[in-house]
Amino acid sequence: MKVALCIKQVPDTADIKWTENNTIQREGVESVINPFDMYAIETAVRLKENFKDVHITVLSMGPPQAQDILKRAISMGVDEGFLVSDKKFAGADTVATSRTLATAIKEKVKDVDLIICGQFATDGDTAQTGPSIAQQLNFPQVTYVKEIVDYKDGFLTVKREVEDGIEIIRTTLPAVLCMLKCDYEPRRPLINGFVKAQNAQINMYNAEDIKLQPEQVGIKGSPTYVSRAFRPEQKQGGDVITPETPQKGAEIIKEKLKEFEIVK
Amino acid sequence: MENEKENKGILIYAEITREGTLAPVVLELANTAYDLAQKLGGEEISAVLITKTGNIEYIKNELRNNGFDKVYIIQDDRLRDYSTELYSKIAIDLVRQVKPSIFLIGATTQGRDIAPRISSTLNTGLTADCTGLDINEKGQLAATRPTFGGNLMATILCKNLPQMASVRPKVLKKASEPRVKDTQFIDFPSNIDGIDKKVEIVEFIKNFQAASGPRIDEAEIIVAGGKGLKSPDGFKLLEELAQVLGAAVGASRPCVDAGWADHAIQVGQTGKTVMPKLYIACAISGAIQHTVGMSGSEKIIAINKDPKAPIFGVADIGIVGDVYEVVPELIKMLKG
Repeated sequence: MKVALCIKQVPDTADIKWTENNTIQREGVESVINPFDMYAIETAVRLKENFKDVHITVLSMGPPQAQDILKRAISMGVDEGFLVSDKKFAGADTVATSRTLATAIKEKVKDVDLIICGQFATDGDTAQTGPSIAQQLNFPQVTYVKEIVDYKDGFLTVKREVEDGIEIIRTTLPAVLCMLKCDYEPRRPLINGFVKAQNAQINMYNAEDIKLQPEQVGIKGSPTYVSRAFRPEQKQGGDVITPETPQKGAEIIKEKLKEFEIVK
Repeated sequence: MENEKENKGILIYAEITREGTLAPVVLELANTAYDLAQKLGGEEISAVLITKTGNIEYIKNELRNNGFDKVYIIQDDRLRDYSTELYSKIAIDLVRQVKPSIFLIGATTQGRDIAPRISSTLNTGLTADCTGLDINEKGQLAATRPTFGGNLMATILCKNLPQMASVRPKVLKKASEPRVKDTQFIDFPSNIDGIDKKVEIVEFIKNFQAASGPRIDEAEIIVAGGKGLKSPDGFKLLEELAQVLGAAVGASRPCVDAGWADHAIQVGQTGKTVMPKLYIACAISGAIQHTVGMSGSEKIIAINKDPKAPIFGVADIGIVGDVYEVVPELIKMLKG
C-alpha cells in the first residue's frame, strides 16, 4: 500500500508576538509540525508496523526550511519525503493549496492508495485542505478519524468521532483520511531514525516540476483573498477576588450568576 | 467563473441531523441571511434540504417560520444516512442549476465534511468558521474569521461565485420572532442512480455523554475542569454542578490525556471550540492552547487556587480558591 502523508509547518500559536504595527511577527517565531499532523504521522507509521508492504511518503508545501518537518517525520518512521516549494505558491488559499498537493501526489507518488492529513491546521484552522484534496483526485474521504481499525480485502475500516458519537466506517481505496487527535500519542524520534533523517534526501519540486501553470497556484489560483486583517479586541480580565471562606466565594459566584441571568 | 451575471440570492444548506431534525444552525444562518438579503436589496433566501423519504412537515414549518422564500427538497431512500459522496453530488447539481450568489453552510461535522468538497468542485472560495458576515460597498460577501488560534481576525472576499462561507453553531443568533413566509417547496431530483458508494457506515455508537444533559457544542453553559482537579473525582463534582445549572461538562487537554475525561469533551486547540453564554473554568490554569477554544464565551467565571493563573486574564470574575471547597458550597446554595 502506498501512503502519502500531507503535513504542514505552522507557527507555534502559543508563541504569537505582535509588531508595533499590529501585524503578527513571523521572524523568530518557532515553527512546529501542526499538532493534528503529528497524529497523522503516528497513524501512518502504525499502519506500516501492523500491515505488510506499506510505504509512506511524506510531503509538504512550504518554504525550503519546511524540510525540517519532513526530516522529523522520517525520524519517526516515515520512508521518504519531498517538498513542494515555489515563490509562486505564496498566498494560496485552501483551493489552490489542495490543488497543488493533489497534483504533487499524482505526479510524484504514482498510484497512491491512501492519503492521510490532519483534520485542521492550527494557523488557518479551516479543515478544508483534506476534503479538497480528495475532491481534486476524485477519491472518497473520511473526516474526523480517530483510528484505523483494520485493513482487509482491500477495505479500510476506521473509527470516526462525530458530534453525537462514534461511527465505524468502511471505505474502499484509494481514499483520503483526515485525522483528529488520537487516543495514542505521537512517538518520539527513534535513535536510528535520527540517523536516517540526517541522511535522507529531501527532493524539492516547483510548480513546473509538477506541471502546474502559474495561474493555478498561489494567490492567482486562489478564489479567496484577505481584504483586511486586524487584531481582535482584547478582553480585559475582570476582578480577581480572594474570598475569606469558600462560602463567600460561592456567594460571589451566585451573585454573578444572577447578574448574567443564569439563575434567578 | 460559472456565469457570474446570473448568480443571485442566498442559498442555505438545511442540514438534517441523524435523528431527522433540522440542525439548529440552519435557523441561525437564516436570520443572518435575512440581514444580508436586505443589504442586497431584498434578494431571495432559499434552502437545499437533502433527506430520506418520509414526513417532513415539521421541518417545513420551521423553514416557513424563518423567512425562507424557497426550499429545494431532495428525498430518496438512499439518503438515510449522511454520505459525502451522495449529498455533495446533489448539492453541487442544485447549486449549478439555482446559481445563488452566496451559499452558507453550518460548520458542524457534516457541514465541514461537505462544504470543501462543494467549493473545490465549483472552484469557488469557502471561508470557514466565520464569526461575522456582512455585505461590503461593492455588494460582495465580507466574511470575517479568526486565524492563528484566535490571535488575528481576517476579513475575506471571494472572487468567484457562489461566495461560500461556513459558521459554527451558536455563533449567530436565530430570529427572536417568527418571520413567516409563503414558502415555495420545490422537489428536486436526486440523480444518484449508478453512483457506486465507496464509503459505508458499518456501525454507530451513540455517545453516552450526549444522552444526558446538553451536548458540549450546543450547551449554553459549560462547566470545565483542568489538571488542578488532580483526580478524576473532580469531574463527578463538576457533573453535579452541571446538572444543577443544566450545563455540559468540558475538560482541558491534560485531563483528557490523563484519562479523567473523554476527548469528545476536550476544549481547546486539539479539541472543541466553544462559545457558550457562560463558561465556568474550574482549576484550569488557562494555557493559550485552552483559551483559544473558549475565550469566545460570552461570560467566563474562573476558580483557581493560584492567584497568578492566566485564566484570570480572560475571566469576567475570578475566585482564588479550591474548587473542592467552593463548588460544593455553590451547589448547596443553588439547590437551596
